[in-house]
Amino acid sequence: MAYALQQLINGVTLGMIYGLIAVGYTMVYGIIGMINFAHGDVFMVGAFLTLIGLTLLGGFGITSVPIALALAFIAAAAIAAVYGWTIERVAYRPLRGSFRLAPLISAIGMSIVLQNFVQVSQGARDLNLQPLIPGSIRLMNQGGFAVELSWMQVLISVVTLAILAVFTWLVTRTPLGRAMRACEQDLKMASLLGIDTDKTISLTFVIGAALATVAGLLFLLYYGSINFFIGFSAGIKAFTAAVLGGIGSLPGAVLGGLAIGLIESFWSGYASVPYKNVAAFSVLAIVLIFLPSGLLGRADVEKV
Amino acid sequence: MPALLRLEGVTAFYGAIQALKGVDLEVNQGEIVTLIGANGAGKSTLMMTICGTPRARHGSIRYDGQDITQLATHEIMRRGLAQSPEGRRIFPRMTVHENLLMGARGHKPAEAEAAMAEVFALFPRLKERLAQRGGTLSGGEQQMLAIGRALMSRPRLLLLDEPSLGLAPLVVRQIFGAIRELNRATGLTVLLVEQNAFQALRLAHRGYVLVNGAITMAGTGADLLARPEIRAAYLEGGH
Ligand SMILES: Nc1ncnc2c1ncn2[C@@H]1O[C@H](COP(=O)(O)OP(=O)(O)OP(=O)(O)O)[C@@H](O)[C@H]1O
Ligand SMILES: [Mg+2]
Repeated sequence: MAYALQQLINGVTLGMIYGLIAVGYTMVYGIIGMINFAHGDVFMVGAFLTLIGLTLLGGFGITSVPIALALAFIAAAAIAAVYGWTIERVAYRPLRGSFRLAPLISAIGMSIVLQNFVQVSQGARDLNLQPLIPGSIRLMNQGGFAVELSWMQVLISVVTLAILAVFTWLVTRTPLGRAMRACEQDLKMASLLGIDTDKTISLTFVIGAALATVAGLLFLLYYGSINFFIGFSAGIKAFTAAVLGGIGSLPGAVLGGLAIGLIESFWSGYASVPYKNVAAFSVLAIVLIFLPSGLLGRADVEKV
Repeated sequence: MPALLRLEGVTAFYGAIQALKGVDLEVNQGEIVTLIGANGAGKSTLMMTICGTPRARHGSIRYDGQDITQLATHEIMRRGLAQSPEGRRIFPRMTVHENLLMGARGHKPAEAEAAMAEVFALFPRLKERLAQRGGTLSGGEQQMLAIGRALMSRPRLLLLDEPSLGLAPLVVRQIFGAIRELNRATGLTVLLVEQNAFQALRLAHRGYVLVNGAITMAGTGADLLARPEIRAAYLEGGH
């Protein structure tokens, strides 16, 4: 019981991070029908930017953790937004209207570029960050097993939920969000209503990159160790989460992220750690057999 | 008076297929002009080419005295054009309210509210369905929404592609009445594509006949209605 509760806490924390990344996959897929394979690496770069930012701030003598984190986060998100925009501009937009696989191949190329760039510039070994937010709450103690909720885990959940709330408001209530949904549903009609569709698509990439950067920051703080390859596995997991939840669905991405996080953590806790990815992908395969459009995906039936 | 919209020698292609073969056409400020033609003649293509999608390959399109041939679609539309396109193209997963707001892009909330009130006066039905998702509306309701959405921007030039499609005769009369009224009261300029040539020619000040991507006849509505070849080609079938 206590053990299960601990796995639940760990799984939810992990799931939040996956969910944040998955939102970026699902948004881009929704609007231009493309899997942005470089998105996981945007997350990875976000983690590195945060680490560099924190180190620099430390060098300038800014040691207050909340201030340093806030500054590093703002800087990283801003830089991420710029290269999210650039990636779309350079690697995807020229291929729009080309055959379907072209942007996908370009995205894989972009992913390799980002990985290699970080590998060359930052080295291939793990970089570490000492824990910035230590401490935890002891929730219960049962038979010598203590259930701990770390402040770090609290922070991850609070930040993720706050960001998702703002993001949901943006998508459902603002003119920009409406424009994004219009582009997703009928790009040509959106342009007939005076929407600058290229700009809207760029903004989608920018927002996705900013969310992935937040995820990168949280990942760095949680694990305290990153390398140039973390974008690959986290990216695949988040992509799986997006598909599991129903690609194109925003709540689905978050739900899928939580599901993948929980599966991973319970499997690691009760079965075997090396097989945790097998478990996550097996669940995906099983769900897709019975629900081909994912948990919250729509089976496309529309009145003509 | 210079024409509000003037096309000269406009051609358009889908890949290797030429859909427009040098179209000359004018719409003056305050006019209702109709474009009639058989299925596949290129009417919808012409309406979309005016909006830059597909882009005209030859010729020029001038709006309000300015060349808009090479402008991006959204830039063209922001100059005061609106289109209710063929197939309605309602956003299926947005509510009626959101669909209408999409039409009011760039307007202040108060202005959008006023425009919406006008649309409701025209189609009270839409007001009853405000929270319903566009994709679940009936065909006729979707048509009303498409026209209402186009009107939300308070356009100077309204492009209507088969607004009567799928509507009951009573509603068709109501829509045609609304077009006439908007034209009379606000000076709204309308370019109208219709299958129902008889009603369209009676409503319009002038008309063009499009055959295989080229204009073959032009004249006032009454003039075209009186021509035997028009009666034979487009009006047979009990009007
Ligand atoms: N996206 C497209 N790709 C290829 N050909 C097209 C495309 N759209 C239209 N066409 C072709 O261009 C020609 C003109 O089509 P268009 O839709 O403009 O005709 P229309 O006059 O509006 O016909 P209708 O009365 O049936 O609506 C047709 O031969 C059509 O098959
Ligand atoms: Mg047509």
